[in-house]
Amino acid sequence: MVSLSSYLILSAILFSIGVGGFLLRRNTIVIFMSIELMLNAANLAFVAFARFLDSIDGQIFVFFVMAVAAAEAAVGLAIIMAMFRTRETVNADEMNLMKW
Amino acid sequence: MLDYVGLIPLFPALGFAINLFWGRRLSKGAVGFIACTAIFLSFLFSLLVFIDLLKMPPSARTVEKIIYTWILSGEFQAVVGFLVDPLSVVMMMVVSGVSFIIHVYSHGYMHDDPGFPRYFTYLNLFVFFMLLLVSANNFLLLFVGWEGVGLCSYFLIGFWYEKKSAADAGKKAFIVNRIGDYGFLLAIFFIFVTFGTINFQEVFSAAPAKFAMGSSLMTLITLLLFMGATGKSAQIPLYTWLPDAMEGPTPVSALIHAATMVTAGVYMVARCHILFLLAPTSILVVAAIGAATAIFAASIGLAQNDIKRVLAYSTISQLGYMFLACGVGAFTAGIFHLMTHAFFKALLFLGAGSVMHALAGELDMRRMGALKPHMPRTYWTFLIATLAISGIFPFAGFFSKDEILWKALVDGGLVFWLIGAIAAFMTATYMFRAVFLTFHGQSRVAPEVAHHIHESPPIMTGPLIVLAVLSTIGGFIGFPIIEGGNKFAEFLAPVFALPAPLQQMKAAAAHHSVGLEVAMMIVSMGIAGLGILLAYRMYIKEPQLPERMASQFAVPYKMIANKYWVDEIYNFFFVGPLIRLAVFLWRIFDDLIVDGTVNGIAALFRLGSEIFKRLQTGYVQSYALSILVGAVLIIGYIIYFGK
Repeated sequence: MVSLSSYLILSAILFSIGVGGFLLRRNTIVIFMSIELMLNAANLAFVAFARFLDSIDGQIFVFFVMAVAAAEAAVGLAIIMAMFRTRETVNADEMNLMKW
Repeated sequence: MLDYVGLIPLFPALGFAINLFWGRRLSKGAVGFIACTAIFLSFLFSLLVFIDLLKMPPSARTVEKIIYTWILSGEFQAVVGFLVDPLSVVMMMVVSGVSFIIHVYSHGYMHDDPGFPRYFTYLNLFVFFMLLLVSANNFLLLFVGWEGVGLCSYFLIGFWYEKKSAADAGKKAFIVNRIGDYGFLLAIFFIFVTFGTINFQEVFSAAPAKFAMGSSLMTLITLLLFMGATGKSAQIPLYTWLPDAMEGPTPVSALIHAATMVTAGVYMVARCHILFLLAPTSILVVAAIGAATAIFAASIGLAQNDIKRVLAYSTISQLGYMFLACGVGAFTAGIFHLMTHAFFKALLFLGAGSVMHALAGELDMRRMGALKPHMPRTYWTFLIATLAISGIFPFAGFFSKDEILWKALVDGGLVFWLIGAIAAFMTATYMFRAVFLTFHGQSRVAPEVAHHIHESPPIMTGPLIVLAVLSTIGGFIGFPIIEGGNKFAEFLAPVFALPAPLQQMKAAAAHHSVGLEVAMMIVSMGIAGLGILLAYRMYIKEPQLPERMASQFAVPYKMIANKYWVDEIYNFFFVGPLIRLAVFLWRIFDDLIVDGTVNGIAALFRLGSEIFKRLQTGYVQSYALSILVGAVLIIGYIIYFGK
């Protein structure tokens, strides 16, 4: 039997990879994938807790997170598409118009 | 009919609203028609209420109609309600009747003015507030009307606001009135604190039991009330606004001087007569101020060259008579004079307006003369009004003025009578001076206006004739001496009936000598006759005499011609320092301190934002990094210090 801490360590590693990708990569699509990675790391923690606490609550949360993630993916990809059409780039460093 | 008394002030309010919102789109005829009809309906309803009142027994002629509760706050209750009694009905009829005549006249006089709809809007509002004032059943509602007429006088005196003098005169009227209103408002506060109510009837019925004769609180209240009256009714020391009010259109002067505004103070004092009778000091002050104003203003009137200014000072002087009457306890005589004065003073002003109309706006009597053949209707009606104001039998002014002089002699004493008589002499002189200079003698009219001197159109002379009839026969309802002849006093008697504790003080003065009264009438007629003769001698027989006298008595002449320099004194002692203080507050306090504080705070925030706005880089990842750092710091804090 795999212990709870193993799951949590995996979840933390995945989350850290997500954070690192988000902060360091320049391609917005990769940044977007990093977000998905962080969400799934959280999902993994939820499911692990649900399994070990013998409660269904965590799994319900995961459904919600997955629904939100799907919606977010749709909207986010649409934004990236629109950005690419007008600015011909998906580089995050070149998207800095929303400033003082 | 009494149930509909609330409609009397409502009609002018409706006329005001219609002309305010649609006046510019309506034709001039429609605007004038609406305004005149509104006032006429008020007059009609006043008459109907009057007839209803006559049908009731005299003792029951006091009805209160409460429309709704306006303010209800703890002990304090103010209602919108109307008090119908002989006094308020007389006032309503005089106000609406004379106002109606002036409205009709205005339709002709103002016909070519671009501000025609605005003019009638103000005029209706003015009458609305005045009717509210005279029909209110409590002090606060009276005060609403009181302030309202002040506001409308400001609008109308400054009607030609492009002219600086007119705008200044409007401001002056408004500000001088505020000084009096301050006293009036304090008096209302005192009345509420003392009586716990501001309803007229409750206050007046409680007052005699609550206060001993001459108690200091009652003296204070009545003096403050009278302070309000001096402002509104142009008495010493607050009379200076009225002569300047001549800057407005002439029918407005007629309205202010005859029907609305200046009579408010007399009405208020008469309404509160029970309070005044409880304070012998105050009532003496009223009589003294009235007498002083009567003679003071009359003397100024002797040397004015502007026809409207002569009339203005005569109004102040006549108002002095009314206060003199109130001051000696003859409230009926005061109200009677108020009514007859409304007739002949409106007539005088409208006549002067007709003269101005013919002479292209000329006001200076030195550039008039010999207008009689050109404008017969104006001349004869003006002459009737002059005879009335001079107190010649059988014109209206004779009855009222004579009653005041008689009451002043009997109840006030010889000094008051003497002052009144001298003022009557002066009145006759300066009024006939005005008639002679304007209509008789040689024409001194400027040649460029001389060729188109013409009688005014019927819409203007019609009102003159109606007022002339009223000025002629109006006095007979107060016929003295003959038992039951004084219908006016009989009608007002229930209002001025004294409550029991006050009756004994008047009992002594009740005896009545018919012979003496007739003799005094002849004396006062003689005095007026002398005044007329003097004017005749100076301005018809020997036109060079006035100038000779002016150089011979240079100092007194200068004094009255310059109105005793009262305006200059006020300017030096009150207006000047106040303006300097205002400039100081504006430049130093407002510009430097207040603006500096506000602008300084704004500058501080702007500086802060200049620094911190750099944080908003526009890069999503830098925001994400700060979120991460923040999250790590918070979690770290919880882990290490959370326990």
